[in-house]
Amino acid sequence: MLVLIAVLTLSFIAGSFGLILGYAAIRFRVEGNPIVDQVDAILPQTQCGQCGYPGCRPYAEAIANGEAPINQCPPGGNSTIVALADLLDVEVLPLNAEHGEHNEVPLVAFIDEMNCIGCTLCIQACPVDAILGSAKHMHTIIAVECTGCALCLPPCPVDCIDMIPVKQTLADWKWSPPEPLSSHTGR
Amino acid sequence: MTQMSNNPSVFRFHGGLHLDDHKAESLTRPLQTASLPAELIIRISQHIGEPNIAAVKVGDQVARGQLLAESSELVSAPVHAPTSGIIRAIEERPIAHPSGNSAPCFILIPDGKDTQYVYDQGWCNTHDLQPSDLLRLIRSAGIVGLGGATFPTEAKLSRARLQPIKTLIINGAECEPYITCDDILMQTHATDVLRGVQLLQLMLQPEQTLIGIEDNKPLAIKAMQQALEASQLGATSIKSIPTLYPSGGEKQLIKLLTGHEVHSRQLSFEIGVFCQNVGTCYAITQAVDRCQPLTSRIVTVTGPGIKNPGNWVTRLGTPISHLIELAGGYSVQQPKLVMGGPMMGLNLSTDQVPVVKATNTILILDHLDQPQTQECVRCGQCAEVCPAQLLPQQLYWYSKTRQFELTEQYHLFDCIECGCCAAVCPSHIPLVQHYRFAKSEIWEQRRKTYNSDRSRKRHEFREARLLKLKQQDEEKRRLKREALAAKAAEEQKAKAADTSSTPSVDAVQAALERVKARKKAQQVEPQNTSNLTPEQQRQIDEANSRRQKINQDKS
Repeated sequence: MLVLIAVLTLSFIAGSFGLILGYAAIRFRVEGNPIVDQVDAILPQTQCGQCGYPGCRPYAEAIANGEAPINQCPPGGNSTIVALADLLDVEVLPLNAEHGEHNEVPLVAFIDEMNCIGCTLCIQACPVDAILGSAKHMHTIIAVECTGCALCLPPCPVDCIDMIPVKQTLADWKWSPPEPLSSHTGR
Repeated sequence: MTQMSNNPSVFRFHGGLHLDDHKAESLTRPLQTASLPAELIIRISQHIGEPNIAAVKVGDQVARGQLLAESSELVSAPVHAPTSGIIRAIEERPIAHPSGNSAPCFILIPDGKDTQYVYDQGWCNTHDLQPSDLLRLIRSAGIVGLGGATFPTEAKLSRARLQPIKTLIINGAECEPYITCDDILMQTHATDVLRGVQLLQLMLQPEQTLIGIEDNKPLAIKAMQQALEASQLGATSIKSIPTLYPSGGEKQLIKLLTGHEVHSRQLSFEIGVFCQNVGTCYAITQAVDRCQPLTSRIVTVTGPGIKNPGNWVTRLGTPISHLIELAGGYSVQQPKLVMGGPMMGLNLSTDQVPVVKATNTILILDHLDQPQTQECVRCGQCAEVCPAQLLPQQLYWYSKTRQFELTEQYHLFDCIECGCCAAVCPSHIPLVQHYRFAKSEIWEQRRKTYNSDRSRKRHEFREARLLKLKQQDEEKRRLKREALAAKAAEEQKAKAADTSSTPSVDAVQAALERVKARKKAQQVEPQNTSNLTPEQQRQIDEANSRRQKINQDKS
């Protein structure tokens, strides 16, 4: 009799927990993959496609699904790889040189307006709509919106676009770290 | 005096340091007026906030007080010509900035006449000024917080006026060693400072006004006391506060005078307190009563490396080398120039930088080798002296190991960079430098996140736009196809209605048959040689035989 009560009680408890969990799984279901958003938030959003995917979000999806390694983003460089490794709890890898080199100084596209023929090809290539202009009219870069992805360079028929380093201003100047302690070995 | 120094209502803030004040050196001479230099270098933006845009061109003749640069943004302060003369250039010049970088400046060649710019009636009007007029005037006079932060005063006042202000605090503490510009200002222009206080009271309607002055400035306290008795300022008192660095920090002074703490990430207005420096009060008086925008300020030139230390009323834009000349020149071989005090000042790499609104002091120190930095011994003295009640040691470890998120959790941004911790550190660790580094790294991280969020949004918007265009195109095509099909169907229906006997399904068949019949009819032999009369037949035969004959002859 006692055994029966115990079995019944435990079965009842197990059953009710099962119901609660089943209900919660439906009621509080998370839409989409939250990891993708977190990975996407770390990626630099240059939308350059150097990783081999058409933009940062597709690469984030590939990373989240385990289809791509975390070291294919040259604009993000080492800091992005470290942040991704931290998030996904995987090993830090060196940047895969096949996809390009990390550039410390950010770049911005510059259109030589004297040579621009107004073909709009670069406008169609820009992933963030950072080029202003229309057919047969001069184009120009909206410098603050340019991510430096260089996708506008190949389509230009007159080769009038250059990537130039962004000039540092007083607003984005950084304090340098204090010099590290000299090693104590000699003392 | 007893009313002040033994005032039980003066509180204490955490930590702080007793430092050698070195104030006597620059107070041996009365306030002097600096002569005009050969050229003035006027920085286009001299405030914290949005940058200014030049309002004059190269070659323009300007008068003293004329607008040189301004911005339409909320948090900004215009810049005016410090004297009359010609704008020779607008170019990059070295400025007082830790980077040692340059910034755009006007180069003004004084004509020596010092002609005043005449403002329209109503720009400044000493009679019946309303608070809104005062705010507008303070903004257009380019007044910023002259305690060193250079935050536009009008923006601060407008923000403060959104809630009731209980206490107006006037900061005359001047706690950092060597600096005496506020001291000498209170000694010489106490009435004008109090007039500025009166104008602030008009705008903020505080219940009480407290003027805090450190007790190492007895002459300033006396002068202010006398001026206060002569004025009709109500609910205003002068409080002598104990000399303890950094009592002039806003949060520290509020704690000293009111006993209230301004919490982390809280603004002083939120607890009903508004703080303003005595120099700013004087600048307000100059603008309102004398129609003079902020074009000059008192600068202390002092330190062990200068021959004749003192205080000078200096036009903004005066090169520091000119002030050093006025003070008799350097007295040491390797002078180390600092703009500001020894604790929070900014090291200068050259004496060619100009005086700006933030320049309270030029300190000339003898170049000394920095003591050797050693490892932290966890003595905890830094935490004892920290006036912001932080844990400098933890902040140091986390900054050093670049765990910036942890530094933020330990309230890095409540650090006022007063330098107390570094001053007491027995290992001589440049702690403030570590905190500044951590702060600028965090700022850069925020900037990057902001930019990448923007790029993401723009990219997503573009994708959505392209998708929408594609869908619209497809939709258009689909609609056209449907319209064509509908038209054809309608025509057929109409035709079916015409020939109601034949079912509409046979219409095509019928048409095909009609065409076939027509073609068949065309294939039939031409009928003009049948049914001929014998006469016609004879003529045809004749013609044929003639044709044959001709053909035979030819062959």
